[in-house]
Amino acid sequence: MKLTRQNVAQIAHLARLEIGPEELDGVVEKLGRIVEFVDQLQLADTSAVTPMAHPMDMSQRLRADTVTEADRRDLYQQNSAAVEDGLYTVPRVIE
Amino acid sequence: MTWETVIGLEVHAQLATRSKIFSGSATAYGAAPNTQASLVDLGYPGVLPVLNGEVVRMAAMFGLAIGATVARRSVFARKNYFYPDLPKGYQISQYELPIVHDGHITIDLDGGGTKAVHVIRAHLEEDAGKSLHENFAGLTGLDLNRAGTPLLEIVSAPDLRSAKEAVAYMKKVHQLVRYLGICDGNMQEGSFRCDANVSVRRAGTETLGTRTESKNLNSFRFLERAILFEVQRQIEVLESGGRVVQETRLYDPDRDETRPMRSKEEANDYRYFPDPDLLPVVLDDAYIDAVRRLLPELPDARRERWARDFGLKADAAEVLAADPEVATLFDSLARESGQPVVAANTVQSQLFSLFGPERTPAGVNVPATAAILRLAADGSIARSSAKELIEEFAFTTAAPDLQQLVEQRGLKQISDSGALEGIVADVLAANPLQVEQYRAGQTKVLGFLVGQIMKVSGGKANPAQVNELLKMKL
Repeated sequence: MKLTRQNVAQIAHLARLEIGPEELDGVVEKLGRIVEFVDQLQLADTSAVTPMAHPMDMSQRLRADTVTEADRRDLYQQNSAAVEDGLYTVPRVIE
Repeated sequence: MTWETVIGLEVHAQLATRSKIFSGSATAYGAAPNTQASLVDLGYPGVLPVLNGEVVRMAAMFGLAIGATVARRSVFARKNYFYPDLPKGYQISQYELPIVHDGHITIDLDGGGTKAVHVIRAHLEEDAGKSLHENFAGLTGLDLNRAGTPLLEIVSAPDLRSAKEAVAYMKKVHQLVRYLGICDGNMQEGSFRCDANVSVRRAGTETLGTRTESKNLNSFRFLERAILFEVQRQIEVLESGGRVVQETRLYDPDRDETRPMRSKEEANDYRYFPDPDLLPVVLDDAYIDAVRRLLPELPDARRERWARDFGLKADAAEVLAADPEVATLFDSLARESGQPVVAANTVQSQLFSLFGPERTPAGVNVPATAAILRLAADGSIARSSAKELIEEFAFTTAAPDLQQLVEQRGLKQISDSGALEGIVADVLAANPLQVEQYRAGQTKVLGFLVGQIMKVSGGKANPAQVNELLKMKL
């Protein structure tokens, strides 16, 4: 598949990456080469291969349902830019 | 022009675990903000999610209960979007390989008959945190206690054809998860809520119309109102020559309407991919068989058994089976008293009105209540006395000596025919006029005579025996 400027702008927006108009052509070109490489992989016949969800051939270990975490809010909130009444605060988002 | 309504529901049931799906944080409701949000829940770099085994067991149990396939291999995926209540920038969910797929839930239809609703899938995912938009000037406050709470999302096919059917289906799922003990079903606290995908099409056509999704409906009533509003709105759009826009909407109970929530172009590009932090969940036959053995008797099976073994009527069985605690209470009372029909009446006509936050079905003193029902059934005490005794003892832990109480309070019914015959004879002698009237065919006066006898006996005469004696003497 061929990447367009519009594709890249859309992906950048979804990933909240800021790519200026002057950078866009360069990114389209570089990302495009990666996509072309993946296109080569597509040539391999994988019809008989079960899609892999993880490179390790292991299954998920399960945890017992017990509470092991204590309340460390004050410690964790020292890392936050802004807190109020125990809440993390961020610039207002409106639905 | 007639239109057909097509509805599919996505029910979110919060699984009743002690800890979160991927971390050891508590899930208790109502804790102070962010006191149950650990590094994993907060999305700190370098932490790893570890799956809670109870969550897997509960999902498998649900799958078995609806006759679905419990996947031998399922995979967690990342659903990517940005919103402040989702600190990682993605929600861990399941996409291509959910843990449960292809089951069905049977609902009763209004005009009789039943409908099997296809459940396409049920997958595990983590809940997001809570955003608070009020009280902060120009800011949004975040409480991440709910982030990472386990959810089972149960997705139906677009098989429902009316708001009523949708409500019946949601109620059935609600009942089922409570019977299974995998969700507390508390809708006020958001433990059980649903999204409704609604579209309309011209009656007789096969292709689906464009749908809208009404989100976060946390009561059966809101679900019904939101669907009714949406159907009406879509029909009006189409009949005036417009097109329905595929979008997410929010139901506002104050205005009884749905409104567009966010534009679709941004919303529906989640770029799912397998979460490299989590390995596939592999379940073998032994595991699934072990879960199967944990399945309790389900509501439909209970109703059938009650009809078969106890001769219970369908509507009584329906009411008693609705709540698992009530159903268990009725079963114990029926067994211990040996009087299932009397037990059913007592639960419905007396205990229901007494239940409350302090007096729960599980808290009923079954041995004492059953003993009282036995005394009423064999005629030792009047039904009215039984009712008073039940009121007194049903919600205590007392083990009253009922024989002694009945003696002390003079509750014993006079079933001794010698004593009763004396009373009957006296009453008949004292009321010659009514006796004449009865013999002349005015059978109504029998009630008067029974009343007199009850009065003379101080309410202790056994009414069935009095009737019998009277008819004999007259």
